Amino acid sequence: MSRPSEAAQSPRPSFGGRINWFKYSSPQSFFPLAGAAIPWFAAAAALFCVAGLYVSFFVAPTDQQQGEAYRIIFIHVPAAWMSMFIYLVMAFWAGAGLVFNTRLSGMMASALAPTGALFTFVALWTGALWGKPTWGAWWVWDARLTSELILLFLYFGFIALTAAIDDPRRADRAAALFALVGVINIPIIYFSVQWWNTLHQGASVSLTRAPTMAATMFAGMILMALGFWMYSIAAAFIRVRCIILERERNTEWVAEYMREQR
Amino acid sequence: MFKVLRVVIGRDLLLSMRRRADVANALLFFILVASLFPLGVGPEPNLLRTIAPGVIWVAALLASMLALGRMFAADYADGALEQMLLASAPLGLIVIGKAVAHWLVSGLPLMLLAPVLALQFDLPIDALLVLVASLALGTPSLTLIGSIGAALTLGVRGSGVLTSLLVLPLYVPVLILGTSAVDAAAGGVTVQAHLLLLTAFLIFAGAFAPWAAAAALRISLD
Repeated sequence: MSRPSEAAQSPRPSFGGRINWFKYSSPQSFFPLAGAAIPWFAAAAALFCVAGLYVSFFVAPTDQQQGEAYRIIFIHVPAAWMSMFIYLVMAFWAGAGLVFNTRLSGMMASALAPTGALFTFVALWTGALWGKPTWGAWWVWDARLTSELILLFLYFGFIALTAAIDDPRRADRAAALFALVGVINIPIIYFSVQWWNTLHQGASVSLTRAPTMAATMFAGMILMALGFWMYSIAAAFIRVRCIILERERNTEWVAEYMREQR
Repeated sequence: MFKVLRVVIGRDLLLSMRRRADVANALLFFILVASLFPLGVGPEPNLLRTIAPGVIWVAALLASMLALGRMFAADYADGALEQMLLASAPLGLIVIGKAVAHWLVSGLPLMLLAPVLALQFDLPIDALLVLVASLALGTPSLTLIGSIGAALTLGVRGSGVLTSLLVLPLYVPVLILGTSAVDAAAGGVTVQAHLLLLTAFLIFAGAFAPWAAAAALRISLD
């Protein structure tokens, strides 16, 4: 996509021809790449989740204040991280789709939305299960819980908007704009425990400080987060392959692919 | 620039004056919803006084959301919207004009009616003034955010429910700030912080929402 004059002036040496950054932005070339990558990501997800569950249930020590009930954070915290992270990735692809007008970006965004909604729901549900023994209530109208609930509604809105518009290109662009407007909620969720003095505890893990928990607990959480991350990629790739086949069903290569499958 | 705004606002106001029933319907809805609550929860004065800010704000929010469909739908149906997209004036400016006109016929009457409803709930006089102030600052934000949702769902089947699904999550901050301002006034605490935050939200929405709505209109009419 870069202009020829720029390429001619470029002082950088070329390594066997210029890399075409947009090669895999075409659904046709991305389809087999995703297909080849899915087993690897799925295997990594299974591996990390098994290791993470082992560490969190058998290795990590019992919490001094919260007893055994705290172990739900090994699902809860990584799911909450993923719910926000997937929204950012989704908004990134949505924005890229609006800027570069690439079809695959919109497909990727709509493939990510259900996984993001799933993790948001898991985070809310496990939070409720943890809240009952610890706070004595399934749900409190706390800033972080409320903003996470709004995130779930934003995912639903995105999915509903994509589903309601018949023309897929228009659906992608409209949903992309909505996703970008909704991004404002992510910092609100993340910083809600700092901005408002609420019941939900502050972050136990941060990039700038040492974690305020035992090393094995931290390891369990990171392993689970990696497992969820790999799962999200695998699930999104499977879904995006379905979307590609559905939208490109009138093309030559899909017809050929379907013949091979029989 | 101001000529464009004046022309758009004047035109939209004239059109709404020709269809007075539509404007009245949203107001009647507001009155009805707010009046249902005392019937539903019982006429206990203390309870009513506690729930009044929330009930009136939610009713105002729903009424202003119901009115959103009118913002672009008629222009979309008769093709005037396409002419606006082709006009030399920036589309964002036209959207601002339409939002102002829309607020004048949907938000402003809500704001003026709210104190009357609040009397039914036995709110103290100080809280009444804060309620009007919070609605004056909050309902324009609702209209501005709603314009994005209305533009995105133009010509989509089942657009009414879809608009509410898109817009209601984004309305939450305004609702929280508005009701907590009235709550604070009723409790005798200073309300300045809430009203300042509402103002900040309004400025933020006024700066960004019209351009997002303009982009959404371009997508919808592509």
